Amino acid sequence: MGEVWTLAEFSHGKLSSVSNELLNRGKNLAEKLNTALASVVLGYNVKREYIDELIARGADKVYVVDDKNLENFLVEPYAKVLIALIKEYNPEIFLAAATTTGRTLMPYVAVKVRTGLTADCTVLDIEEGTGNLLQTRPAIGGNILATIKTPNTRPQMATVRPHSTKPALPDRNRTGEVIYKKFDEDVFLSKSKYLRFIKDESQQVSLQDAKIIVSGGRGLGRPENFKMIDELAELLGGAVGASREVVDRGWKPYPHQIGLSGKTVSPALYIAVGISGAIQHIAGMQTSENILAINKDPDAQIFKIANLGIVGDLNEILPLLIEKIKAYKKKEAV
Amino acid sequence: MKIVVPIKQVPETSNVKMDPKTGTMVREGVESIINPLDLYAIEEAIKLKEKSGGQVIVISMGPEKALEAIKEAIAMGCDDGVLLSDKKFAGSDTWATSCVLAHAIKKIGDFDLVICGERATDGDTGQVGPGIASFLDLPLSTFTSEIISIDEGKIQVRRLVEGGYEELELKLPAVLTVVKEISDPRLPTLRGKLRAKGVEIPVWGPQDIGVDEENIGLKGSPTRVVKIFTPKVTREGEMITVNDEKSLEEAVDKIMEFLIKKELI
Repeated sequence: MGEVWTLAEFSHGKLSSVSNELLNRGKNLAEKLNTALASVVLGYNVKREYIDELIARGADKVYVVDDKNLENFLVEPYAKVLIALIKEYNPEIFLAAATTTGRTLMPYVAVKVRTGLTADCTVLDIEEGTGNLLQTRPAIGGNILATIKTPNTRPQMATVRPHSTKPALPDRNRTGEVIYKKFDEDVFLSKSKYLRFIKDESQQVSLQDAKIIVSGGRGLGRPENFKMIDELAELLGGAVGASREVVDRGWKPYPHQIGLSGKTVSPALYIAVGISGAIQHIAGMQTSENILAINKDPDAQIFKIANLGIVGDLNEILPLLIEKIKAYKKKEAV
Repeated sequence: MKIVVPIKQVPETSNVKMDPKTGTMVREGVESIINPLDLYAIEEAIKLKEKSGGQVIVISMGPEKALEAIKEAIAMGCDDGVLLSDKKFAGSDTWATSCVLAHAIKKIGDFDLVICGERATDGDTGQVGPGIASFLDLPLSTFTSEIISIDEGKIQVRRLVEGGYEELELKLPAVLTVVKEISDPRLPTLRGKLRAKGVEIPVWGPQDIGVDEENIGLKGSPTRVVKIFTPKVTREGEMITVNDEKSLEEAVDKIMEFLIKKELI
């Protein structure tokens, strides 16, 4: 039986938390299959502490490819390295996060390896009897769930929706094997060049990493009211989202848009303020762990998926909520 | 500049109605439209053509009905179209679909760019664009939000990533998948519609594009759908109505209690 692999992902030199979520998924699958769990790390000047972190969180093995050419993500060299590793070690399962990197790299690799890939999975399990990976994912804007398998080819590849599971907890006593792999320069040849990263200053906390997202919609009435959303998000250490309507009106730039033509998120808490809950919006956030909705229309669709719904005027509710959160934090700080 | 835009016809899901009894999507009477995210790709391709000349060819794999989508893209301003339609294509997953589209693009040949929508709103995978790039061994930029420049066989693009943007330079020919931010799609014009009527759309099957039948349709697809079901949304769904000072206070206290209980604060 081949190993279960997870792709460790870095964001600006730091191991991202989705890597630990993948290990949680992977550990569960590897135990069921009675095989080893391994993480694959591609990067440059990879710190030993990150490798140790992966081991502490469940990796029995870590494959490391450390090369100047892998400093920034570029699909062609990353894919060539992964394909070479897959051919050498024949893993049974290969998971990556459904981030912009995972969703670019994995299809590029799966085509060349000639194996199945399932996008943006929210549930993974092992089929009894066959040992096949059962991959469940939302489709048609989350209106249906489909379970998919790759019966005849290996590895069985999947990208996994960030925040769809908890990160694996560390055990500092765990030990693991670290395998450094070297590749010839020609593997890194690429027809693309990385130029630069430009931080979006309007995103204090990135939507995909956020534990809490506060989103505003047309019900805010006017763009200035977004200040309350921004403030609430900041107080909660969360990110700011927006519905399509307000993005189209220019109240918030596109990177904040949640929904079918924007981002799909599943934070621990999604606060929808003045958002009616059009199907396109719901498609982008309905797998959130908790949903709190504030809207003046009691028939708004958003209430159908909310854990807690407040029907009322957001201009009254938000200022008081902000005030109470401040008071609570002050009290907690003492 | 020769640009190929692969598109997909999808059910119009923006006004999806759910059957209250079964909780499933009502598909009857649902209109078919061009995948909304493909419109941004079509628009960007037309804009590039208007700026520097050339040709935009729209291709689609699907049933005969998908001709409507191709005609609509031509009415918007694309020049030509090709329909990939054959019962042997049926049941293709993203691997097999990428394979068919890549073969068709290769047959069209001599192209500079392939521009795709980021994903289709029905399948939601976003895997076909990167898959095409992989089959054709071409450089790829996904989630592209802006074409900065095209010059001497190179294209500079900006892509939307977590927490910001990345800029890349790709050698042409290249494959881009694009997000909404890149363009504002125009509507088809009457003149465009008239022109579209007159444009002959060839229909290609596996033999026309020289694709191995082992690699297409259900037979060529590495994945299998085990089951499809409707998600159960289990939320407590508590509702509070604010209509005076007292209920306002109670509602906000309830939110605080919720945040504290769930350890979100």
